[in-house]
Amino acid sequence: MSGQGRRATMDGNTAVAHVAYRTTEVCAIFPITPSSTMAELADQWASEGLTNIWGGVPVVQEMQSEGGAAGAVHGALQTGAMTTTFTASQGLMLMLPNMYKIAGELTATVFHVAARALATQALSIFGDHTDVMAARGTGFALLSSGSVQEAHDLALVAQAATLASRVPFLHFFDGFRTSHEVNTLELIEDSQIRAMVDDDLVRAHRVRGLDPERPFVRGTAHNPDTFFQARETSNSYYAAVPGHVQAAMDRLAGMTGRQYHLFEYAGDADAERVIVLMGSGAETARETAAELRRRGERVGVLQVHLFRPFAAAAFLAALPASVRAVAVLEQTKEPGAAGEPLYQDVVATLAQAVATGARATMPRVVGGRYGLSSKDFPPPLVKTVFDELAKQQPRTGFTLGIIDDVTHTHLDPDLTFRLDKPWLVEAVFYGLGADGTVGANKNSVKIIAEDAGLHAQGYFVYDSHKSGAQTVSHLRFGPNPIHMPYLIRQAGFVACHQFSFVERVDLLRLAAPGATLLLNSPYGLEEVWDRLPRSMQHRIIELGLRVFVIDASHAAQSVGLRGRTNTILQTCFFAISGVLPKDEAIHEIKKAIEKTYARKGAEVVRRNFQAVDETLALLHELPVPRHASSSWERPPLVPDSASEFVHRVTARMMEGLGDDIPVSLMPVDGTFPSGTAAYEKRNIADFVPVWEPGICIQCGQCGFVCPHGVIRAKYYDESRLEGAPRSFRSAPINVRGFPDVRFTLQIYIEDCTGCGLCTEACPAHSLLAPETKAINLRDKLPLVQPERDNLAFFEALPINDRARVNFAEVRGVQFLEPLFAFSGACGGCGETPYLKLLSQLFGDRMLVANATGCSSIYGGNLPVTPWMVNAEGRGPAWSNSLFEDNAEFGLGFRLAADKHLETASLLAQRLAPKLGEELVQAVLNAPQIGESEIRAQRALVAELVRRLRALDEADARQLLSVVDYFVRRSVWIVGGDGWAYDIGYGGLDHVLSTARDVNILVLDTEVYSNTGGQASKATPLGAVAKFAAAGKRVARKDLALQAIAYGNVYVAQVAMGGNPQQTLLAFREAEAWPGPSLILAYCHCIAHGIDMQQGLRQQDLAVATGYWPLFRYNPAMREAGANPFRLDSARPTLKFRDYAYNEVRYKVLAQSRPDDAAALLRAAQQAIDEKYRLYEDMAGWAHTRFHPAEPA
Amino acid sequence: MPDMSTTHLGLALRNPLIASASPLTADLGNIRALEDAGAAAVVLPSVFEEQIEQETAEHEAALWAGAESVAEASSFLPAISWRSGPGLVLETIRRAREAVDIPVIASLNGTTAAGWLDYATALEQAGASAIELNVYFVPADPSLTGGDVEAHYLDVLRAVKRVVRVPVAMKLGPYFSAPGDMVRTLDAAGADGFVLFNRFYQPDIDLVTLRVQRDLVLSTPAEIRLPLLWIGVLAGSLRGSLAASTGVESVDEVVKYLLVGADAVMTTSALLRHGVGHMATLVDGLAAWLDARGANLADIKASMSRARLRDPGAYERANYIRILQGWRPG
Repeated sequence: MSGQGRRATMDGNTAVAHVAYRTTEVCAIFPITPSSTMAELADQWASEGLTNIWGGVPVVQEMQSEGGAAGAVHGALQTGAMTTTFTASQGLMLMLPNMYKIAGELTATVFHVAARALATQALSIFGDHTDVMAARGTGFALLSSGSVQEAHDLALVAQAATLASRVPFLHFFDGFRTSHEVNTLELIEDSQIRAMVDDDLVRAHRVRGLDPERPFVRGTAHNPDTFFQARETSNSYYAAVPGHVQAAMDRLAGMTGRQYHLFEYAGDADAERVIVLMGSGAETARETAAELRRRGERVGVLQVHLFRPFAAAAFLAALPASVRAVAVLEQTKEPGAAGEPLYQDVVATLAQAVATGARATMPRVVGGRYGLSSKDFPPPLVKTVFDELAKQQPRTGFTLGIIDDVTHTHLDPDLTFRLDKPWLVEAVFYGLGADGTVGANKNSVKIIAEDAGLHAQGYFVYDSHKSGAQTVSHLRFGPNPIHMPYLIRQAGFVACHQFSFVERVDLLRLAAPGATLLLNSPYGLEEVWDRLPRSMQHRIIELGLRVFVIDASHAAQSVGLRGRTNTILQTCFFAISGVLPKDEAIHEIKKAIEKTYARKGAEVVRRNFQAVDETLALLHELPVPRHASSSWERPPLVPDSASEFVHRVTARMMEGLGDDIPVSLMPVDGTFPSGTAAYEKRNIADFVPVWEPGICIQCGQCGFVCPHGVIRAKYYDESRLEGAPRSFRSAPINVRGFPDVRFTLQIYIEDCTGCGLCTEACPAHSLLAPETKAINLRDKLPLVQPERDNLAFFEALPINDRARVNFAEVRGVQFLEPLFAFSGACGGCGETPYLKLLSQLFGDRMLVANATGCSSIYGGNLPVTPWMVNAEGRGPAWSNSLFEDNAEFGLGFRLAADKHLETASLLAQRLAPKLGEELVQAVLNAPQIGESEIRAQRALVAELVRRLRALDEADARQLLSVVDYFVRRSVWIVGGDGWAYDIGYGGLDHVLSTARDVNILVLDTEVYSNTGGQASKATPLGAVAKFAAAGKRVARKDLALQAIAYGNVYVAQVAMGGNPQQTLLAFREAEAWPGPSLILAYCHCIAHGIDMQQGLRQQDLAVATGYWPLFRYNPAMREAGANPFRLDSARPTLKFRDYAYNEVRYKVLAQSRPDDAAALLRAAQQAIDEKYRLYEDMAGWAHTRFHPAEPA
Repeated sequence: MPDMSTTHLGLALRNPLIASASPLTADLGNIRALEDAGAAAVVLPSVFEEQIEQETAEHEAALWAGAESVAEASSFLPAISWRSGPGLVLETIRRAREAVDIPVIASLNGTTAAGWLDYATALEQAGASAIELNVYFVPADPSLTGGDVEAHYLDVLRAVKRVVRVPVAMKLGPYFSAPGDMVRTLDAAGADGFVLFNRFYQPDIDLVTLRVQRDLVLSTPAEIRLPLLWIGVLAGSLRGSLAASTGVESVDEVVKYLLVGADAVMTTSALLRHGVGHMATLVDGLAAWLDARGANLADIKASMSRARLRDPGAYERANYIRILQGWRPG
């Protein structure tokens, strides 16, 4: 039965899910990067009716958290179902309690983990083994895979072994490096999977489940008399695990020819130096060792597959007796330990072996850390370790791949070292997220691996932005398998798909001598050379590059593929990269086109073929001049005026050189300066807003809705216009009684994403040219320089006095400085306008607790931060704890602030005789609702501080440390619906019940946006989302009504696009209410399947159809004897479908399952009608019918 | 009950009333209700080639917006493929054919030669009883001649006739130099019938917002005179059948069209205004009208067409002069 399976290309997640899905009956899931894809695939396959090896469709159930998933898994296991889950990082942490239980009950299951860093000084979505190491005490067997093929194979080995041993398995592979690497593999056939899973064992597992037909009790509580003994009962089962795993590996080998061992040794049989490690790094280590052996070195690599239970005998058998030095490398850090976990196991095993005589001598064993958060681990680092082991006194506790200039742990790598692979083609592509480069490259990998019969590997690196993100694709091709899980360092082909990168990035950093460079350039052959910076010209000449140029946009248009520049550039890649002979390459790409478009008809295929041929005619080689001639250089990324930290750290990260930043420059506790997003000037928009002062009514709507805070307004005395640039625009302010006051709307065009929400929001049309509004999108290029001058002038104008601005109107808010701006959120994001508004209203005294999700990523993912500081040095103080605990985290802010205020009040009263009774009483009793009151209090506190500084005594010093708390702190707990409705709901509910003065803002996109649009309990009835591919069957939770039931919670439902004034009112009322407040804010989102420019219109329709009624429940009104529930939106004037069917998330169901969609639409309409009736009733109730409020 | 049977496009109809293409006929429940209400056939909503292409493109764009852009999410919607092409209409045809006994006619509006052929074939394969070619062609390019436009109509008809076996109707607008000649030429080229007339939706301007209004204005009985004229002129001179469309609000208009020679009468606006149940009012009204006169449909059909009138001038210029001369300000 042995033999090669079908060759395929896929990423590690897909390879694992392929096996896991087929061997499971129940699957409880929750999304978390980088494992989400596995859960998504399981859900998708189930919705498509794909069956497992027993012919049934697995039940796939999304849960509210990983803790919930683990609980459901535990329950399903205890009821005898073959059950699995997928997770990573924090998710695994939430599963730990159940994992102890599952293992303690000797229950067969496999958890598949895309191993990822745990959040410590910072969150990281990237891969290492910190999460898995935290699970090593659970009693789960830990099985490690190091490549896409291994992950595919060992997922099955784990399944077979868990059934045989009854010990649960955690099968893990490197997050991103394996989970997201696309590589060629041999698929295990379904029949082979079937053969690996013993049905007797499946039935035995089932029989062990709870069953009232043969009842028993499991999960008892023990006393000291028996717990310990009972805990030792499983020893023999653990002792048997290695045997079961090896047996499963052997069976797999019998079927597929791929033989694995618990410890995979590769190298010299008489090796002196050996590296021990787990995960994808083993592939790199093996290939490096092979190269060194060719050079005569006696080295080897021992890859650990089964980490727990640690099979000492197998380890000793695998390690050559000749070894005199061992380096144990780990992708984890255990601060304060004698060494990382695997190191300790190796040392203990060897020491015991020597002590018992099983081994003659004790080799020297050293440990080192590498690859934290997917830090690249290329061959030079491996060689460095082997070199270190050759020394008399090799170091231990070292680090690889960083510069540690503080505790000097790092080993210096020999960066000249390279593996010799003349058969290999390596290519890197620089693109933008939106330009389809990654998609086209994945397609190329598939074509070349599956059709042309070569091996191929693709790995994709993204920057941190959700809009205008730079992508770097690393592609390798060749006739041999590619075991190179590290980034390309010397590419034979470099493609720049966005010409603007030549100004921002060192594109040739990865170019090998003699490489081919493909430039997508709007400039022709004559002009393009001069458009390159001088240093780039130098490098091109120095490296002897061949340069090809194409204007992909123009070409796409002229060959009839308008907008599909990626197809043009893919064709160019096939033609000139040398991955295949040119004719064969073109043949393959045409074959792929035929496959893709055959069902669209011969004409479409013919047109695409023609496009390929015509593209090649438009691709030209640039005769490279012999000398660099440019007079310009890449401009610095940050201005001279930026702080030293920004220059030395932030700017280097922005340039993609963060790997070079040494330890000494990094903050020790994760603290970073605010507001660095202002330095980015990403220039990602081709079209930007231009203000028309003559049409503008100065209503402030455009700035209000701008997601990126790039539209600013100021009013100022006319005399200030002196010296203004000629292009600077202004208008008389349209307020009576201020004849000498001017108004200016300034656009930060270099920070703008060009989303166009401002133009949609603008209500003012030209009377004669109705297509022209007061703000219009225009071509940016000619505006850049004049707008730089205008901006400099605008920024020098005085900031308007907050005490004189009318906070109660949208129009007034435009004069409040945003302290949240220029984030990397999606262009047209529906969330960020609310955050910006918060920052304008309360930013200078605001604490923000931010749940993990989109808002924590665009709000705090380095290199830059969008939360800013005002001219007085004040601004929002922001932090992210976790996904699940945000309400509690924010409550902690409040508790501390209240305590500090109490301390300050006591001290002030004690010091009142010295500070002045009158001042102290004024400070203690100051009203602080309106901004003018806040400003007055600040002045009083400043005076208090002045007087305190004059006192030299302990109480005064104490009071100074908390005196700022006299200015009312505004605590905001911010997060998405995934947090508020699902994973953090318990905490949120508890916080609402505490009567503390906290404000909760739910940025409700109705899905888990950050991880790719999975359904939450906020997902509406009838909408499609990931994990609800067949359409959500249950209506969204009415969180507002639940909160209203407490009586003491201020609750508002808002939609900026429906009624911005109501949003503003709600924010201010919520903040003023001295108890808990909850605001549910409708946020349109890319995951709704809409044109984001229409986001506000969709918000308006959501309100107009009654789907998202606007209301405010203000407990203060009840206390005043009025109905606290105000319905702010009118009775629905449109039907739900008029809103819903503008969105793909609804429309796609109408297309794919028309009957279901129609039924769900009817149910949704009924729910809306009923809900609105209820709200209308409530709006008419007497105030006494509502629960009385008891604010703190 | 009088015999109201007739034929249109070679299809035997139990009466002349057809529910023409509108959003109503997209719904299987409505199609059933129309059959119950007495409709002799239904025309499904037009398959607009460019609309399908655009919807597919928009769907793809929305589905893949933000895809492959960020590390945490390779996409933002589940990978449910959008069935490109006239998927929903095809599905409706299939299911309608199973659900009702009356003919189900598909309507097609193409833009490219390939589009006409591909979609016509698909509609036939889905089980359409006939295909109505809704050649909604506005020659906005002033360099196009009348001859070019007429050639375009002929090309489309000939091409579609080559690939399908089911009957093909031409739904035309009135804006030809010689509508009669156009119809006869198409008739000679193989058209199995005609629907007169298609109403081109014409723009208006909103003087408050200064925007072009593209709203749909339902037809009124006042608009029946143009189709009445041409059906009356053409009746009896064609190989193919004639269906009247435009302005059918009550049984009066139905009868008028039949009197001038329509083989079938279509209505949309009235159904949109009054609901699908209105079909029964029309069918019953026609039966009552015939009953009252003791006639069957065949007795009155085309009885007032130009060919049958003793004074054919009623359809011609002389008629116009008489009307003008007879008009008095009210």
